[in-house]
Amino acid sequence: MTDPAPLDAAAARARVAEFVAAHDPRTTDPAAFLGARFDAGLAWVHFPEGAGGLGAPRALQPTIDAEFARLGAAPVQREGLVIGLGMAAPTILAFGTPAQRYRYLRPLYTGEEVWCQLFSEPGAGSDLAALGTRAVRDGDSWILNGQKVWTSLAHRARWAILIARTDPDLPKHRGISYFICDMHSPGVEVRPLRQLTGEAEFNEVYLTDVRIADSQRLGEPGEGWRVAQTTLMNERVSIAGHAEPREGGVIALVTELWRTRPELRTPGLHDTLLRLWVDAEAARLTKERLRQQLAAGQPGPEGSAAKLSFARINQEVAGLELDLLGGEGLTYDDWSFRRPAGIPFAERVPGFHYLRTKGNSIEGGTSEILRTIIAERVLGLPAEPRTDKDTAWKDLPR
Amino acid sequence: MSADPVPADLDLLYDDVEEGLRASVRSLLADRCPWSAVLERVETDAPTDVALWKELAAMGVAGLPVPERLGGAGATLRETAVAAEELGRAVAPVPFLGSAVLATTALLAAGGEAADGALARLASGEVSAALAVPLATAPDTPFPQTVRYAPGAPGSTSSPDSPADGRAASGTLTGEVGGVADASTAGILVVPAVGADGPGLYLVEADSSVRLPVTSLDLTRPLATVRFDGAAARPVATGPAAADALHTALVSGAAVLASEQLGVAEWALTTTVDYLKTRYQFGRPVGSFQAVKHRLADLWVAVSQARAVARNAASAAVHGGPEAALDAALAQAFVSDTAVLAAEEAVQLHGGIGFTWEHPTHLYLKRAKADALALGSADRHRMTIARLADLPPAQWEA
Repeated sequence: MTDPAPLDAAAARARVAEFVAAHDPRTTDPAAFLGARFDAGLAWVHFPEGAGGLGAPRALQPTIDAEFARLGAAPVQREGLVIGLGMAAPTILAFGTPAQRYRYLRPLYTGEEVWCQLFSEPGAGSDLAALGTRAVRDGDSWILNGQKVWTSLAHRARWAILIARTDPDLPKHRGISYFICDMHSPGVEVRPLRQLTGEAEFNEVYLTDVRIADSQRLGEPGEGWRVAQTTLMNERVSIAGHAEPREGGVIALVTELWRTRPELRTPGLHDTLLRLWVDAEAARLTKERLRQQLAAGQPGPEGSAAKLSFARINQEVAGLELDLLGGEGLTYDDWSFRRPAGIPFAERVPGFHYLRTKGNSIEGGTSEILRTIIAERVLGLPAEPRTDKDTAWKDLPR
Repeated sequence: MSADPVPADLDLLYDDVEEGLRASVRSLLADRCPWSAVLERVETDAPTDVALWKELAAMGVAGLPVPERLGGAGATLRETAVAAEELGRAVAPVPFLGSAVLATTALLAAGGEAADGALARLASGEVSAALAVPLATAPDTPFPQTVRYAPGAPGSTSSPDSPADGRAASGTLTGEVGGVADASTAGILVVPAVGADGPGLYLVEADSSVRLPVTSLDLTRPLATVRFDGAAARPVATGPAAADALHTALVSGAAVLASEQLGVAEWALTTTVDYLKTRYQFGRPVGSFQAVKHRLADLWVAVSQARAVARNAASAAVHGGPEAALDAALAQAFVSDTAVLAAEEAVQLHGGIGFTWEHPTHLYLKRAKADALALGSADRHRMTIARLADLPPAQWEA
């Protein structure tokens, strides 16, 4: 742990090999394995020592992950951990106190504690900073009242990252604070939210006089919007550490159908298929180029475009799949109101693909908001005139 | 299955040598080839800037993929593609595509003493060359049949000129080819022709042909009809080797052309974004209107993807084989549409000024549309993809 030489790829691989030799992944309990990996600083190599890292360059992490995979370790990113690993951890690292880092990061990494995110509200979607959930100071704690929505994992989570309004007299971006909320607290009520596919991947979360200790606050009071930016930026950073093969994505749904079912082919759909094939390859190669840029330590702005492209391609592929199938596309597998049974997307019926992909251009930033972000932050085009920036939140029209 | 994984090692970035080449070419073009000079030149009798071509040749641009033993730069089609980007960005009226890409790659693929002799002359900039096929020829079109080869020395009615390597002619060519790019200023023609023994690739001194300039849609890339009346010719490849060499040249040309189109698209996007930051209407920059911003964001996404696709095609062209043909078709299918869209958006979003002769946008619109037709339309390339990626068209039912 006190190696004075800076860690390079070869040294990183050697450390992983040494670790795996001491903790056989075939016989070690998965949580114990990950806990030991965290303690060895190989969880997030760019985090500081003691917080799961070694203070080494972030670019080494794909090498380390690949080496763990090669030596038979299970992947860290597993079902249910996406919010914790991708959003809560980097935010706690950036803004948490030493005590907060010590309390939360390790069980988050091992998967012993699941996290969810309480950001969106019925009245604050794209305009997240307009949120109205109130947090009122009461001695050493805060009392929260409000409603959150589109919360995946809320029913399984132990903790939530949450933003709430602490000062309604300030303009909307300035009166927000950021908290860690115990999902087992009295007054937290989780209700499944049924979506147009029939099932409920997400929840509504009602907060009624929920008490959060002030020691659970991340960042200063009123600084919550800035803290949330860290969370949201990390949402879009995760890029696979390996190249994807040709037709590696959702396009395979229709290319395989086209090859194996010649009776479904028509000239118009052939043209649609080829155009989509080209677009899917272009998106795949762009993602691959971004991966190579990150590995070479030269991140580019292409990441913000990936979600926009994939949302459109996913929707068009799913639409083409139904058009190809014709009458077979008229049936559906299950409309019952239930939590998803964990069946992979590709194994659901084409009608489900068509309906579920409609969410791709809404969830995690609508395609319209992403276009505005690209235009303003990448191309440097001027912002539209706004009336809400300097008005007290309580005086905004709603 | 034909959809094999792409080799994981295809490099989609630019290395330091390539960036150095880019900087040199861009600097020379900024100095010697501003758009105002291009506009002035293209309406004269000498639209091609031969003096600029000699200067580019002195930098190595006339023979980038030519081996050093022949006086070339000893580089690859990846570096060639970087030069193409910059020449496209400047709509430079030089015979790069016809000479340094199409004729050069045909001669490199053919090999042999006569081809080597011609390559040395091209790389030095002493003369330029043209590949005598219609510019719109797609890589998978059948071998051209419009020029016939007859063995034996030129008769008294034909040109007395000796063939390209200065040695005795082996035969003569008769026939006509329309729409040949960069032929009027060429010293050497590389001519596909058929004889009693099948296809062949021949070298002809250009002034032993008759070249009739035609008025071209793209003012910066002159076209000519080339007629051979018993012109002295020397074979560089015959039989299947000739067909392979022509195919390799057209695939390489399609791959490199995508980078030229990328340069055109980048110019159009950048120039339009810059203009819309400074053009005021209704008391605010036009670039602050969301209806305009979102179009530019979509265009930026497409140009980012075009870069990945063009780099992929150039890298694949270095390796050759069926993957190179598929990746070149992909690049043409995607980047042709992107470059045309970029140029069309540039005209529309510049408003009235973009419709004038005095503004450079029309040079790029004409180049973009002509490039989209060059070496096969996007739709022709989608048909190539259908064949190479095993996505066959619909058939009449029995």
